[in-house]
Amino acid sequence: MEAQAIFDTLKGKFGDAVVELQSEGFSPAFVVVAPAAVKEVSRFLKEDPDLSFDVLMCLSGVDYKEKFAVAYHLHSLKHRHAIGLKVMLPRENPSLPTVDDVWPAANFQEREAFDLYGIVFEGSKDLRRILLPEDWEGHPLRKDYKYPDSYHGIKV
Amino acid sequence: MSSDPAHTPPPAHGSAPPPGLGPEAQVMVGNADLFVNWARKSSLWYLLFATACCGIELMQAGASRYDMDRFGAVFRATPRQADLMLVAGTITHKMAERVKRLYDQMPEPKYVIAMGSCANTGGPFYKDSYCVVKGVDLIIPVDVYIPGCPPRPEALIDGIMKLQKIIMKRKNYGAKA
Repeated sequence: MEAQAIFDTLKGKFGDAVVELQSEGFSPAFVVVAPAAVKEVSRFLKEDPDLSFDVLMCLSGVDYKEKFAVAYHLHSLKHRHAIGLKVMLPRENPSLPTVDDVWPAANFQEREAFDLYGIVFEGSKDLRRILLPEDWEGHPLRKDYKYPDSYHGIKV
Repeated sequence: MSSDPAHTPPPAHGSAPPPGLGPEAQVMVGNADLFVNWARKSSLWYLLFATACCGIELMQAGASRYDMDRFGAVFRATPRQADLMLVAGTITHKMAERVKRLYDQMPEPKYVIAMGSCANTGGPFYKDSYCVVKGVDLIIPVDVYIPGCPPRPEALIDGIMKLQKIIMKRKNYGAKA
């Protein structure tokens, strides 16, 4: 199914929760979704027989300076088609529902986005830092991150 | 009595062995430092420990083509039996505490070779990295630095031979300077 058809299907089902289709310069195109609706949209994308996006290829955090985003790349092994989901988040206290009960593989990637961007995935079964030490301060891939002078007495 | 050792002239090299010993007996006289250092440099057991791509070269240097076993260097899977820590790869701040702990668990005398740019200085991660330790000598003392990204097995073997020269200069006995 083409990106425009997927977008129309989602728009017909979820209405205003589906904001726009970003197809210029993106392959696959991104469907921008409101943060509160991401779990319902994800479940529909996975379970609808015409869509059946059964693989979460990648979940990434993005820092656009004035806001954050989480980008999901989805693929369907059955239909051999792909789509992106994007959720825009405010700079202050970015949070959105987890999708780790839709695609269990989301857990590690959500932990990475939490670790490096400080994006909180509400309802996650295990939201801890995954790469950095547990007592690390701050989220290093944020563009306003200030490097510490030292960590446990070792110069950074 | 002719068998009294005090009155027997020492046998010349290649002559009959001293009385009471078989024909295979030989006597070696030398200083103890030389012997101990020779034994240590000829059995440099290194810790089986690698954190990045330098570890691939380390494995290759230990395998049959380069065969570090020629120099008595074989790997040990525990720090308790290791004489040498080859820091092969990038050390992150999260890993740094584990490196220090492994080093502390090794028995004396112990040596460290920093292999490759990352272990020497942080290498490609020197600038703008929040997570990489800028040189393993910030954590543990280093005896030999091997440049390269990664160094070839020849360079690693050269580093081990440099370390053997350092070991041969070690003073274990006698008056301390």
